[in-house]
Amino acid sequence: MSFPLLTATAAVPAIGAIVTAAVPAARRTAAKWIALTFSLATLVLAAIALVRFEPGGDRYQLTESHAWISDFGVRYELGVDGIGVSLMALTALLIPFVIAAGWHDADPLETKSSRWRPTQGFFALILMVEAMVILSFEATDVFLFYILFEAMLIPVYFLIGGFGDRAHAGGDEAGATQRSYAAVKFLLYNLAGGLIMLAAVIGLFVQAGTFSLTEIAAARADGTLDMSTGMERWLFLGFFLAFAIKAPLWPVHTWLPNAMGEATAPVAVLITAVVDKVGTFAMLRFCLQLFPEASKWATPVVLVLALISIVYGALLAVGQRDIKRLIAYASISHFGFIIMGIFAMTSQGQSGATLYMINHGISTAALLLVAGFLISRRGSRLISDYGGVQKVAPVLAGTFLIGGLATLSLPGLAPFVSEFLVLVGTFSRYPVIGIIATIGIVLAALYVLVLYQRTMTGPVNESVRHMPDLKLRELAVVTPLIALLLFLGVYPKPLTDIVNPAVEHTMSDVHKSDPKPEVEAAP
Amino acid sequence: MENLIALLIAAPLLGAGLLLCGGRRLDRVGHILGTLLAAASFVIGVVLFADMLGRSGDDRALHQHLFSWIPVESFQADIAFQLDQLSMTFVLLITGVGTLIHIYSIGYMEHDERRRRFFGYLNLFLAAMLLLVLADNYLLLYFGWEGVGLASYLLIGFWQHKPSAATAAKKAFLVNRVGDMGLSIAIMLMFTTFGTFAFGPVLESTGQASSGTITGIGLMLLLAACGKSAQVPLQSWLGDAMEGPTPVSALIHAATMVTAGVYLITRSGAIFNASPDAQLVVVIVGAVTLLFGAIVGCAKDDIKKALAGSTMSQIGYMILAAGLGPIGYVFAIMHLVTHGFFKAGLFLGAGSVMHGMNDEVDMRKYGGLRKYMPVTFVTFGLGYLAIIGFPGLSGFWSKDKIIEAAFAKGGTEGWILGAVTLLGAALTAYYMTRVMLMTFFGEKRWQPDAEGNEPKPHESPKSMTIPMIVLAFGSVFAGGLFSLNESFVKWLEPVTQFEHGHPPISAAAVTTLTVVVLLIGVGVAYLQYGRKPVPVTAPRGSLVTRAARRDLLQDDFNHVVLVRGGEHLTRSLVYVDHTLVDGVVNGTAASFGGLSGRLRKLQNGYARSYAVSMFGGTAVLIAATLLMRAV
Repeated sequence: MSFPLLTATAAVPAIGAIVTAAVPAARRTAAKWIALTFSLATLVLAAIALVRFEPGGDRYQLTESHAWISDFGVRYELGVDGIGVSLMALTALLIPFVIAAGWHDADPLETKSSRWRPTQGFFALILMVEAMVILSFEATDVFLFYILFEAMLIPVYFLIGGFGDRAHAGGDEAGATQRSYAAVKFLLYNLAGGLIMLAAVIGLFVQAGTFSLTEIAAARADGTLDMSTGMERWLFLGFFLAFAIKAPLWPVHTWLPNAMGEATAPVAVLITAVVDKVGTFAMLRFCLQLFPEASKWATPVVLVLALISIVYGALLAVGQRDIKRLIAYASISHFGFIIMGIFAMTSQGQSGATLYMINHGISTAALLLVAGFLISRRGSRLISDYGGVQKVAPVLAGTFLIGGLATLSLPGLAPFVSEFLVLVGTFSRYPVIGIIATIGIVLAALYVLVLYQRTMTGPVNESVRHMPDLKLRELAVVTPLIALLLFLGVYPKPLTDIVNPAVEHTMSDVHKSDPKPEVEAAP
Repeated sequence: MENLIALLIAAPLLGAGLLLCGGRRLDRVGHILGTLLAAASFVIGVVLFADMLGRSGDDRALHQHLFSWIPVESFQADIAFQLDQLSMTFVLLITGVGTLIHIYSIGYMEHDERRRRFFGYLNLFLAAMLLLVLADNYLLLYFGWEGVGLASYLLIGFWQHKPSAATAAKKAFLVNRVGDMGLSIAIMLMFTTFGTFAFGPVLESTGQASSGTITGIGLMLLLAACGKSAQVPLQSWLGDAMEGPTPVSALIHAATMVTAGVYLITRSGAIFNASPDAQLVVVIVGAVTLLFGAIVGCAKDDIKKALAGSTMSQIGYMILAAGLGPIGYVFAIMHLVTHGFFKAGLFLGAGSVMHGMNDEVDMRKYGGLRKYMPVTFVTFGLGYLAIIGFPGLSGFWSKDKIIEAAFAKGGTEGWILGAVTLLGAALTAYYMTRVMLMTFFGEKRWQPDAEGNEPKPHESPKSMTIPMIVLAFGSVFAGGLFSLNESFVKWLEPVTQFEHGHPPISAAAVTTLTVVVLLIGVGVAYLQYGRKPVPVTAPRGSLVTRAARRDLLQDDFNHVVLVRGGEHLTRSLVYVDHTLVDGVVNGTAASFGGLSGRLRKLQNGYARSYAVSMFGGTAVLIAATLLMRAV
């Protein structure tokens, strides 16, 4: 038996979480380094998996399969396609940055007793989330996926509720209240989605008699597993709703601004760049593959909801006064693009959506982490508390601008590639929706540039006059992310080579092929 | 040879990278480095030009394929370049004028502590602009298109501590994004229609697509052109863009970037030729902007804003010419090049004046400067003669041809367009004479600046005057050189095609008319500003004057409709999101909430209650599946 590489990518952070949590109270710096080391080890394993993955090969690779609860066919089954492996790699890539950026976010407050160990807990929880998210990108057993999908809520809940942003306008008391409100809201929303999905998972098992994704999909494809139209639609809805809450899609998006606003910036990155991607990933993997007909049936509604998300999220971002909530609404707009790309059911739309998940992860991390550095310096999240930062901290302002330009999908930076693919993929099947969605590119410029103008330009605000520029640790976090954004903006081919074959499979799952051009162009 | 094309872009790109990431170590040499790399690009351009001249007209295009950029099934975007006569013209203009303006900036920005960064941005602009004109497909053109938008944003807002500069930069980017929407949609339409968006296949297949589609593509391209080239209705950003340092106004907002729209339309000639409807709209946009810019230019007291109005108007001429089809493309580009010389020269002259006048921009506070700045006066004067179309100078040759082509459009349209272009020529002569008289003639009206320093006008350093002299040469001779033997027509014809127009009145009559309206414009301006003293504070003026000073109320309209309306919309949406959407979803969830609320009390903690429900859920799942197996 070969080395279980995929298991290792999840086991290493899981072990790391346990080790980090066990570090004694006084040795909190050691705990940070241990956590960072484990996350880097995970990154190495993920890189190996990425290299060993053969783009033209089998649909699922690096597979592992073990009996788990054999009585009713639950297996520990792992395998990655091009989409899963790249999202797994994205997760492994971002966590070291999250850890490094949050280096001081969980240093204990002086008022607490010395036995209190928040630092260890903070980093252990982050690693825990990493392990579960990575495994959920690899699980090819529906039951296993469901367990992970639900279980990852617990560490995230504690990360939001227990380690909130210390920069709170209303003081510590108000901060604590809003933090727990945000954490509970996050939990209840996702719990509701999870319960509905639970029913659908049971229903699926009743129909199929197995939890194995590959078996069910094969049976669906060759017609041995026939579902009534009504049943398929109900099951689709059960899965889709859970994923739409996680993604999140309008109108079940309102938990995200609260969660991202109250959490520390690195945790907000963890939520929006990593955890939420499980939702959009699962739409591609489960909704489209298991319920192709129902997916097509729901497409018009989903596309309209995605379109609303795009425009609505962007408009709300324009109206925000809080930096992190602004970025949260921008993310809602971007998730609209991802979901639109998935349900456009074209190669460009789906490849674009997958790239979008990755690029959004990187660009949001860049923007939000720099925003976090900014906020921690001034102790406020309100845009109006800043001004003229560019003059006192030019490097910070410069990196913030690049993160912002990535968010508004400037060509040359990675998000442009994915956004244009999603737009063109949608347009080629649904021209009107594609055209309306381009409004999103104007609004994105508006909220990004207004944010930049109000915080970074103009006369220097008194309260930021002595603000230090980025420190070495912070530069080490931002620089690689920016380099990656540039690289993937100019040369995304390595990524498209991996993703394209997986998208072809998905396209054939739903029996769709790309629309043909109107005329055959001259060569 | 074709491998040199990428180097054209690589040189300034390297400069941008080094200067922007290099840190303070490069402060002392940054400007030299930036200028040398711009010059290197120009030298490569000249080498390629010489090589191109060695081949026959139909065999001049070079292609270079670097690598595949975005490959997804039938969507294939490449990083690949095409250098034909049209691109070559732009390469020489961009790198030539670009290098001169780099040199000028060495002196102009000497006392700015962020000079290195300024040169980094200038290099970035050159790289993006070259990418725009060298791309061999529309998506890569889009890359350059937004790249120049970014450079323009950074440079307009270069003095970010001034809120007006930051606002102007943002406005320019936003208005351009509206245009970019058009470019995106055009590319998407091309992809769904032809399955590709590379120049060659698209432009060769226009005949096969439905006319509605072609018109759609044409109009979307026009929207993009309106944004970048400040044409009505997307013109409002250009005046504000004058907040940027003057060399930027000269290079980006006069000579090169703002003419990208003309490039786009000329490059896409086959699309417009196939759609008379789209062409008609292009012509209307050009004609309206031509007058709009000229009227605004007549009323402004800020020297740079007066020149900005003029730029808008002159680009209106080019767009109009491009809309005329094969009888106009060549002259659109010819006017673009001559305009590049004289307008860049005029802006640099304006910068030189400001340099000597404590950065004062109000022409009412100039006067009599010709004695103090002789070189600036002469070079600015030659640029002035060129732009008003003084016979024999550059602007005369190119503008005269456009007016002729406008008449040649034929029918009532031809007469209307001819009249508009003639009226524009008269207005040009008027507002430029006004600028000239208010700045260099009359009595001194100098005022101390905010800190009480009296202006001590002086000639600018050599690094500034030499570029002005070179551009003045171009302003005088380029047009004549291009028209000698119809050399410019022959040069571009293989790319843009060319048809001789047949105006209803003879060419000589057109020329005579042009000269007559020119003299009228100059004469009226002289009566108003040469014979009478110029008041230091602007008189109230007529209703039209006041409207023109406010850019014909375009900004007021934008403010009321877009800004205020947008603010109300976002504010109410924030409220709706908070109360309605959140409330309804929470309300729906309340039924679940009732249950979990009780659980909460029992367990005294959300997480525990959650853990319970999750394990409960798993238990239900297991029980259910076992039950199913039993059944």
